[in-house]
Amino acid sequence: MRNWFTGSVVVASAMAALLAAVFMPTETQAQQTKAPAFKAPRTKDGKPNFNGLWMSNGLPNWDLEPHGPGPSVDPKLGSIYAVPPSVGFVVGGTIPYKPAALEQKKKNFAARAKEDPEAKCYMGGIPRANYMPYPFQIIQGAKDIMISYEYAGAVRILNTGTPLKAPADSWMGTSNAHWEGETLVVDVTALGDQSWLDRSGNHHSDQLHVVERWTMRSPDVLMYEARIEDPETYTQPWTIRVPLYRQAEENARLLEFKCVVFAEELLYGHLRKPAGAPAVVAAPPANNGKQGKGKGKQ
Amino acid sequence: MRTQLFTSMLALAVAVAPGYAQTANAKAPAKAATGAFKAPRTPDGVPDLQGVYSNSSAVPLERPANLGAKEFYTDAEMKANADAAAARAAAAPAFPQANVVGTVADIHYDTSQFGLTRYITDAMVNKRTSIVVGETGKVPTMIPEATKRQADARALVAGHQFDGPENRGIAERCIYWGNEGPPMLPVGYNATLQIVQGPGYVGIVQEMIHDTRIIPTDGRPHASGNIRQFFGESVGHWEGDTLVVDTTNFNDQPAVGRGASRNLHVVERFTRSGPETVLYQFTVSDPSTWEKSWSGEYPIGKIDGAVYEYACQEANYGMANILSGARADEKKAAAAK
Repeated sequence: MRNWFTGSVVVASAMAALLAAVFMPTETQAQQTKAPAFKAPRTKDGKPNFNGLWMSNGLPNWDLEPHGPGPSVDPKLGSIYAVPPSVGFVVGGTIPYKPAALEQKKKNFAARAKEDPEAKCYMGGIPRANYMPYPFQIIQGAKDIMISYEYAGAVRILNTGTPLKAPADSWMGTSNAHWEGETLVVDVTALGDQSWLDRSGNHHSDQLHVVERWTMRSPDVLMYEARIEDPETYTQPWTIRVPLYRQAEENARLLEFKCVVFAEELLYGHLRKPAGAPAVVAAPPANNGKQGKGKGKQ
Repeated sequence: MRTQLFTSMLALAVAVAPGYAQTANAKAPAKAATGAFKAPRTPDGVPDLQGVYSNSSAVPLERPANLGAKEFYTDAEMKANADAAAARAAAAPAFPQANVVGTVADIHYDTSQFGLTRYITDAMVNKRTSIVVGETGKVPTMIPEATKRQADARALVAGHQFDGPENRGIAERCIYWGNEGPPMLPVGYNATLQIVQGPGYVGIVQEMIHDTRIIPTDGRPHASGNIRQFFGESVGHWEGDTLVVDTTNFNDQPAVGRGASRNLHVVERFTRSGPETVLYQFTVSDPSTWEKSWSGEYPIGKIDGAVYEYACQEANYGMANILSGARADEKKAAAAK
C-alpha cells in the first residue's frame, strides 16, 4: 500500500492540531477569555443584592434530567398537565444513581400521582423548593437571609453568622451561608429523606447534603447551582444549574398558596363517610373575590 | 437582662381563679419604654426590629369578668399573684396525670419524658389584666347578622363533624393556627416568631405553622379585591420609629376567627421598646361582625434560639386517624344493630 495516504492523514492531523492550537481556545483559554462575571448591585451593607421575587421556568420541577414530552398522569386531562420536554439541568446529563436507588426512582415514577410530596401539599425541600413553578421572595437582612416560598408557605432562614448546628432533621434543612465574592454559598444539612427532587420520582436519603451557590448572572437572572451529595443514593456527588428569573409583572408580590385544601381529597378521600349515608361538606373559603361567599351542601 | 423581662409560664397549668394569671418566678417587671427607646437602624436606615422573639403571654386576651374596669395590676398585686402561683406550682406536680395510662397527659404532651417542664416558653412580664385594652377589656359582642352567620355555619356541620376533612377544625387540617392572625396573638406553645428586614420589606415568620407574612413598605396600594387570602394582604409604612401594617383582602375564614368575615381590617403597630423588646399593638375592625373596632397590645421579647420547623401537613397522621376512627365507630354501630 502506498504511504501517501497515511502520510496525508498524518500531515492533515498535524495541520489540524496546529490550527487548533492557534485558533481554537482550549478550555483554559475559554475561561480566561470569557466575559468577566456580572457584578451585582449592592445592598447598603455592601453585599450582592439578591432581594426580590424569583422563579425558575418550572421545567426542572417536572424532571431534572433531559427528557422528551410525556403524557399527563390522568388521560382525562388531555394535554393539560402533559409533561413538557427539557434539555435538563443536571451537569453531565443524568443522575448517577446506585442500582437499588435507580429501581426506587422507577417505582416512585410509577406511583407519582399518589406519592409525589407535591401532590400532598408537602413542602418542596431543598433543592426542589427553589425551582418549583411558584415564586419565592428573598428578603436579605444584614445577618439573616429569609427565603419565603409561595408553595405551601415554606420558609427558610439562611444564617450568615457563626454556623449553627441543626437541632433536628427538617423538610427545609438547616442552612449556613457565607459570601465568596459575587456568590452566596449555602451549606444545607439535616434534610431528612421524604422530599423528592422533582415530579419524576427522583429521590434521596437522609444522608443528603446540598451545597448551593447563588450568583447573579445579570440584573434579572439569578443562577442557582446545587451540589448534591448522598453516598447512600448516588455513586458520586452531582450538580444542577437552574436559572431563576426575576418576576417582573406589575404588582408582583408573593401570594398565598395554602394548598392543603387542594390535597385533602387525595389524602383522605378514601376515609370519607361512604356514599349513600347523608354527608355534608363545608365549602372551602372563596379565595377568588369573583366567586362570592362560600356556602354549601354536598 | 433578659431574665428580668421574662417569667415562667408554669403557673398557667394550675391557675384556677381568674385574675391570678400572673406567673411564678417573676422578676422586676420591665419598665414600659414606649417611645423612649431609640431603635438602632438597619443598613437601609429604618428602625431595626429584627430578631427571634417569644410572643407567649400569661395575660389573657380578654379580661376576667371579676376585674371589671381594672386595666392594670399594681406592683403589689403582681407580687401577690406571683407568690400565689408559685405556691400552687409547688403544691401540684408539673404534670399531674402523666403516669396515668389513657389520660390526655399520658397520651399527649408528656414533656417530662424529654426532661422538659410543662411550659417551655417564657412570657414577658406584663401588668395588664387583658391584651384587649379599654374599659371592658373584652372583644365586643357580635352584631346579630354575624351571630346568625356563625350559627348557620355550625348548624351546617352539626352531626357531621367527622364526615370528611373539610368539617374538621382548620388547625387540625394544618391550614393555619388561629393565633397567627393578623392580629398575631399568644399561643400556648411554639409561640416563636422571627423578623427579618430587607430593603423595602419586613418579613415575619410565625413558627406554627411556618407562615411568613411579607410586608412591603414601598407605599404600594393593596392588591386587587379578587385576591383573598387566609392572612389577608398586608402593606406597611414607617411612622417615626413605628412600623404600621394595614391588612385587608381576607377570605371568609380569617385566622383571628371570633366570627370575623372577609371584610376584616387589621392595623398593627410594631415599636422597638427596648434593646430586646418590641411593643405590639393592633386594632381590629369588621363592620359585618362588630359594631365597633377593638384594640389590644402586649410586649414581645427576644429569645436565644431559632424558629424551628413545624411541619404540620407533612405529618398529619391525626387527620387520617380521626377520620378512620369515625368510620370504625360507624361500622361498629351498624353491626350492633
